[in-house]
Amino acid sequence: MKASVIVFPGSNCDRDAAVALRAVSGKAPRMVWHGDSALPESDLIVLPGGFSYGDYLRSGAMAAHSPIMREVIEAARKGVPVLGICNGFQVLTETGLLPGALMRNASLKFTCRDVHVRQERSGLFTPDAMTGRVLRLPIAHKDGNYFADDETLERLEGEGLIAYRYCEADGAVTMAANPNGSRRNIAGIYDKSGRILGMMPHPERAADPLLGGIDGRNLFESVLANLH
Amino acid sequence: MKARITVTLKGGVLDPQGKAIANAVEALGISGVNDVRQGKFIEVSLAETDPARAREIVERMCRELLANPVMENYRYELEGG
Repeated sequence: MKASVIVFPGSNCDRDAAVALRAVSGKAPRMVWHGDSALPESDLIVLPGGFSYGDYLRSGAMAAHSPIMREVIEAARKGVPVLGICNGFQVLTETGLLPGALMRNASLKFTCRDVHVRQERSGLFTPDAMTGRVLRLPIAHKDGNYFADDETLERLEGEGLIAYRYCEADGAVTMAANPNGSRRNIAGIYDKSGRILGMMPHPERAADPLLGGIDGRNLFESVLANLH
Repeated sequence: MKARITVTLKGGVLDPQGKAIANAVEALGISGVNDVRQGKFIEVSLAETDPARAREIVERMCRELLANPVMENYRYELEGG
């Protein structure tokens, strides 16, 4: 796997993502600086979590316009898979590669804890066997409140583009299990092509038993298996 | 010229920060506040002196960066020359 992890000033999960990718593929990804204007040949691009550009203006807004993102958008349009985690999800919505926006949490609080999410569909990053299953993954964000207008939400539902929803440990999707006010408990979505995934929970922080869980590992294994 | 740009949340988009401000206002003992919506104010100094061209520049920066059309509206005033 030739994976590239994009590093913005303020990214702080780039190395976690690299460790997870290396653990499943045996190969270290390239770390690509935001100011670079050339993207190495990649069969997977990861936009990591963190606080790119200090979250100035809106989370992900500045990163969406950084030089490397022109290359990432171009590669994504050609079908190179892109995974955006947390701040990476915010960047993907700001570029328009994914619909909607991530607003301030309804609680107004930075929330850092494990949550349960239900995998809603199979796909490049979401293995068949896990569909309908509940994963325990960490979240750590203040702007994870997924918003899209009703028409967009209907389209996401209709086209089966919702990848994960916040849920109870038993898989029930309830308001109480929604940590940030996201519409329809959305925790992650695919784009129409099924090759771009954005999610607020951190699979890379749950990819090794030492980290307290391995529920995030299947995502990386899945994309590796599907790319080969 | 100067552009004074205001970015606001679209109607119908929940504004938890506005709500928190409304609660704090009430805690001050000020009553009669029905709703608070929080936005952003951005002041930009432009080298451009032609109002029509300045408008084009400001439109573009609002559309492509300063406001997120998914959830925000913008408006602006131009001043000086």
